[in-house]
Amino acid sequence: MRHIISILLENEAGALSRVCGLFSARGYNIESLTVAPTEDASLSRMTIVTAGSDAIIEQITKQLNKLIEVVKVVDLSEAPHIERELMLVKVRAVGKDREEMKRIADIFRGRIIDVTETSYVIELTGNGSKLDAFLEAIDRSLIMETVRTGVSGIGRGDRILKV
Amino acid sequence: MQLTGAEIVIRCLQEENVEHVFGYPGGSVLYIYDEFFKQDKLKHVLVRHEQAAVHAADAYSRSSNKIGVCMVTSGPGVTNAVTGIATAYMDSIPLVILTGQVPTHYIGEDAFQECDTVGITRPCVKHNFLVKDVRDLAVTIKKAFYLAKTGRPGPVLVDIPKDITMHKCEFEYPKTIEMRSYNPIVKGHPGQIKKAVQLLLDAKRPLIYAGGGVILSNSSTRLLRLAHLLGFPVTNTLMGLGGYPSTDRQFLGMLGMHGTYEANMAMQTADVILAVGARFDDRVIGNQVHFASVQRKIIHIDIDPSSISKRVKVEVPIVGDVGEVLEELCKQLTASKEQPEPKALAAWWKEIDAWRSKKSLKYKQGKEIIMPQYVIEKLYEITGGDAFVTSDVGQHQMWAAQYYKFDKPRRWINSGGLGTMGVGLPYAMGVKLANPKATVACVTGEGSIQMNIQELSTAKQFRLPIKIINLNNRYLGMVRQWQEMFHGNRYAESYVDALPDFVKLAEAYGHVGMKIERPADVEPALREAFTKHKNDLVFMDFMTDQKANVYPMVAAGKGLSEMILAEDL
Ligand SMILES: Cc1ncc(C[n+]2csc(CCOP(=O)(O)OP(=O)(O)O)c2C)c(N)n1
Repeated sequence: MRHIISILLENEAGALSRVCGLFSARGYNIESLTVAPTEDASLSRMTIVTAGSDAIIEQITKQLNKLIEVVKVVDLSEAPHIERELMLVKVRAVGKDREEMKRIADIFRGRIIDVTETSYVIELTGNGSKLDAFLEAIDRSLIMETVRTGVSGIGRGDRILKV
Repeated sequence: MQLTGAEIVIRCLQEENVEHVFGYPGGSVLYIYDEFFKQDKLKHVLVRHEQAAVHAADAYSRSSNKIGVCMVTSGPGVTNAVTGIATAYMDSIPLVILTGQVPTHYIGEDAFQECDTVGITRPCVKHNFLVKDVRDLAVTIKKAFYLAKTGRPGPVLVDIPKDITMHKCEFEYPKTIEMRSYNPIVKGHPGQIKKAVQLLLDAKRPLIYAGGGVILSNSSTRLLRLAHLLGFPVTNTLMGLGGYPSTDRQFLGMLGMHGTYEANMAMQTADVILAVGARFDDRVIGNQVHFASVQRKIIHIDIDPSSISKRVKVEVPIVGDVGEVLEELCKQLTASKEQPEPKALAAWWKEIDAWRSKKSLKYKQGKEIIMPQYVIEKLYEITGGDAFVTSDVGQHQMWAAQYYKFDKPRRWINSGGLGTMGVGLPYAMGVKLANPKATVACVTGEGSIQMNIQELSTAKQFRLPIKIINLNNRYLGMVRQWQEMFHGNRYAESYVDALPDFVKLAEAYGHVGMKIERPADVEPALREAFTKHKNDLVFMDFMTDQKANVYPMVAAGKGLSEMILAEDL
């Protein structure tokens, strides 16, 4: 099963490689990983999307907690939560494709954030399947480049991950 | 007063009451060595290879409950030390390793003797640090000692660039350390302990399965109290030996791949297992699926939550310090006034005694060829069972574990988790330095001993009268045994050819050497070594049976109750 794990960790050099090292050393899979400092600059917040049986997910959270620099770990997918991912897509936009591309971007509530005579850069946020759907909807041959941030997640309502 | 980084290192070690540092100098640690030179409180033990420095510090820790400390230089000093660090890590041994590093402004430039120490050691330390500012040095060393010892212990490494050892700052050694991200649980959850008590009282075929955690947490007397309170059988893992007295009636011997028949049968068929500081590893329970095919309830006490429910399903997990939890269990059992049902327990013991009567460790000693088991039995007799015994890795290690009946904790020193050949001699050095009055024997094989043979020189310099028991079968015996059993007798590269004359070798290093070839000479030789040569290092080269195998054996991938016994052959 797919799980979204949120981690608060000390914002120190090397902390990220400890987490990555743990996943590769123990053969856990990482679908995506995002990390950045929080409002408290001494802490970073990381979101990892992984997959595994319940036993493996239990081991993953225990092993993460064991890392000295990890302050807190929660499995967001255990309860209601929101996940978002940002994607930037550079597409060819000439002739009739130019109009069509704008139309589809609008339908997906994407924004065009860079324009040249022949191309657009479209910014899109949403959960992973929405971003996938967008890529499905446009003409594949027009895609010049895509970049995705990986998933960030947060619990709904009163669920708060803080020290 | 302002001190240099090098002075701070020495002062920190003194503040931690460190007495011995095992190490080897080099360019990046020269300022620190200069400070060693200027004082005489801390003793530096110069080994002949960095691997041995870490092993010696590791055994110093295992045998004394103090924290072993070692120091090596950057680059090759560090890479040589890695095997030692990984060995200590696998067995959760508290160590502090101080490493030199190239100056901060050279890091990343492929400088002479630069290596990514923090990166290379990351997977085999509990934690590691790179010190980038001399003002962080003291607090980092304090953290290293604190982390090494608390929670699940382990090696902690501090990498110190050379310029940091020259920079100056005010020295203040922190009294305590708080880390918001590190708060190991000590006390067991009361609700879980209550559940455990009830399970134990209701058990019909109970077993206490105790590992190295009992020794690391200094709780062997509590374990004994609990076992006697309940009247339950006890088995130890390889790492747990000495955590429960081997001569106690309730002791079934070691379990696992080379465990006794009774211990393995009891483990496989118990209805309630109390696991104490042990981790159900593959060498202990054999095939996971086979083990899981039997219905049983497991209570698992461990300081490390990730050790629980990792390989087996656990009914009652108890996270906490083994000693604290055992104490609480004893208290509640005494208070409850209930007893496990005597009839069921008697029937269980009857079954166990029948397994015992198989005498799965018996062997035959003839008149011509020395049996390795016999040497260990005689060693046990002559040392009154009171020696510290280190071993290397192989058949000799298993025979030492099976036939030397350890009654006290911290007496059996070996590499369980990583299985590192070459630990035996440096381990014996560490033990002897931590326990100067103790009798120290190193049981080894002609393969293993050659992996750190250079340490005979260190032992000479520091006058360490270790007794080396070389069970010389002219084979990498454990490899040969597997080749005999599972690879159609094809002894690929397991014959040890061109062996040195160990007697001459020992003498060349300034020690006493003996070669023993006949069974009748075993006892007199040992006696001579331990009495006449009490104060010498004696290398005893026993020519043992080349074809002896270790039994019982649970072959890799087989179930715990599917043992091969000597008598089956
Ligand atoms: C560093 C290292 N290399 C290889 C091995 C694999 N290995 C395990 S036991 C063994 C043979 C040991 O031979 P010896 O020291 O002569 O002991 P014996 O088994 O004959 O008692 C080997 C090669 C190991 N455990 N450690």
